[in-house]
Amino acid sequence: MDILLAIGTRKGLWLARSSDRRNWEISGPQFPVADVKAVAIDTRRETPGLLAGVLNSHFGPTMVTSDDLGATWSEPDDAPIAFPADTEAALEGVWQLRPGPAAEPDVVYAGVEPSALFRSTDGGRTFELVRGLWDHPHRTEWFPGGGGKALHTIIPHPQDANRMAVAMSTGGVYQTVDGGQSWKPTNTGITAEFLPEPPEYGQCVHKVAAHPSEPDRMYLQNHGGVFRSVDAGQTWQSIADGVPDDFGFPMVAHPHRPGVIYNFPLTASMMRFPPKGRCAVYRSENGGDSWTELSDGLPEQGFWSAVMRDAMCADDADPAGIYFGSRNGEVYASADEGDHWRLVADHLPDVLCVRAAVIG
Amino acid sequence: MSVVATVRLPSVLRPDAGGAAELEVSGATLGAVLDEIGMRFPALERRLRDESGALRRYVNFYVDGEECRRLGGTAAALGPGAEVMVIPSVAGG
Repeated sequence: MDILLAIGTRKGLWLARSSDRRNWEISGPQFPVADVKAVAIDTRRETPGLLAGVLNSHFGPTMVTSDDLGATWSEPDDAPIAFPADTEAALEGVWQLRPGPAAEPDVVYAGVEPSALFRSTDGGRTFELVRGLWDHPHRTEWFPGGGGKALHTIIPHPQDANRMAVAMSTGGVYQTVDGGQSWKPTNTGITAEFLPEPPEYGQCVHKVAAHPSEPDRMYLQNHGGVFRSVDAGQTWQSIADGVPDDFGFPMVAHPHRPGVIYNFPLTASMMRFPPKGRCAVYRSENGGDSWTELSDGLPEQGFWSAVMRDAMCADDADPAGIYFGSRNGEVYASADEGDHWRLVADHLPDVLCVRAAVIG
Repeated sequence: MSVVATVRLPSVLRPDAGGAAELEVSGATLGAVLDEIGMRFPALERRLRDESGALRRYVNFYVDGEECRRLGGTAAALGPGAEVMVIPSVAGG
């Protein structure tokens, strides 16, 4: 088994390869000095494809792809993701790249800043704006969270190509059931501590995850609050009992075991470090009813860092590997679903995203 | 008669111009020059301005020695034989 771990940072992309998920061969940086917030490993084809959103502070954002596992990258002459002229908007960054369901092997979605969804039907070479969401009357009322006004979460329905959930900071969760033509906010029960009353939309949702075999059960890390929905997002209930604090950024679903989820709690609201500086992932094996701290092999103290919304992921092996990277440039991997951890890399720039998959 | 300007590129952008250090580009304004660059080298153009036409904030364009933003930005007029130097400004860390 050969695993590829892609590590996007504020100043470039690193790639790590391992056959045992304990010893890693690391290469990089690629795209040095560029902010790499979004990486995807498209495992729907024989040789997995890599896609990355790359933001150069001088020369702007773009998207690149690789057909040889990151040895070489290509970028079309014309911008792969660009706002149409009539929108009078300009791409500020790519926050999320998400291959579509298996039944649509050439479909790739991109979530971008300013908040918008783009769709590709050629494997990620070119994208078109999803107009139904851009034209939503709420759009003018979405405002930037701390990191910018971006669409950062895309969950295509695994069986129904017309259904999809997205999440934005701020804005919250929106869903379509008609292939993106119309979208409704689905935030009932999600709190917004920065507003006097919970709104219909406008929440600062940080990440949403769902298991493909149970797409109507969704798990959400909010800007304050951890939530679960069992009715496809129509209503949300707190599952924060059992985590040391309800603030955090990532939420990851186990690739094979429905109801198994991971997050990385931070002390709310002004600290935003792990409680007591103790580095720990939390896992629930019952959809959030109870949580277990996973810290074997992680720094027990002095970890004054944080894990960003896309800087935690699972691979698709069995048992699953779990990975996270931190703002202090450390990357950890667990080969046994989070029970034990090992350092993969340190002294990297701020880690913004990690993605891992079996590539052979 | 169309104006032909010389656009001088920093080394980091030359791969997007087929390796050229400078380009001869016709256009009576900086915007018109960028339009032609967009036709000839679209990947270079989008390093210089976004799809809404706004110049990249951290790229400076010196038109005969004067930064274009003091000359009207993309409306800056170019005379015969004008020189446009593209210089990335201070950014990053």
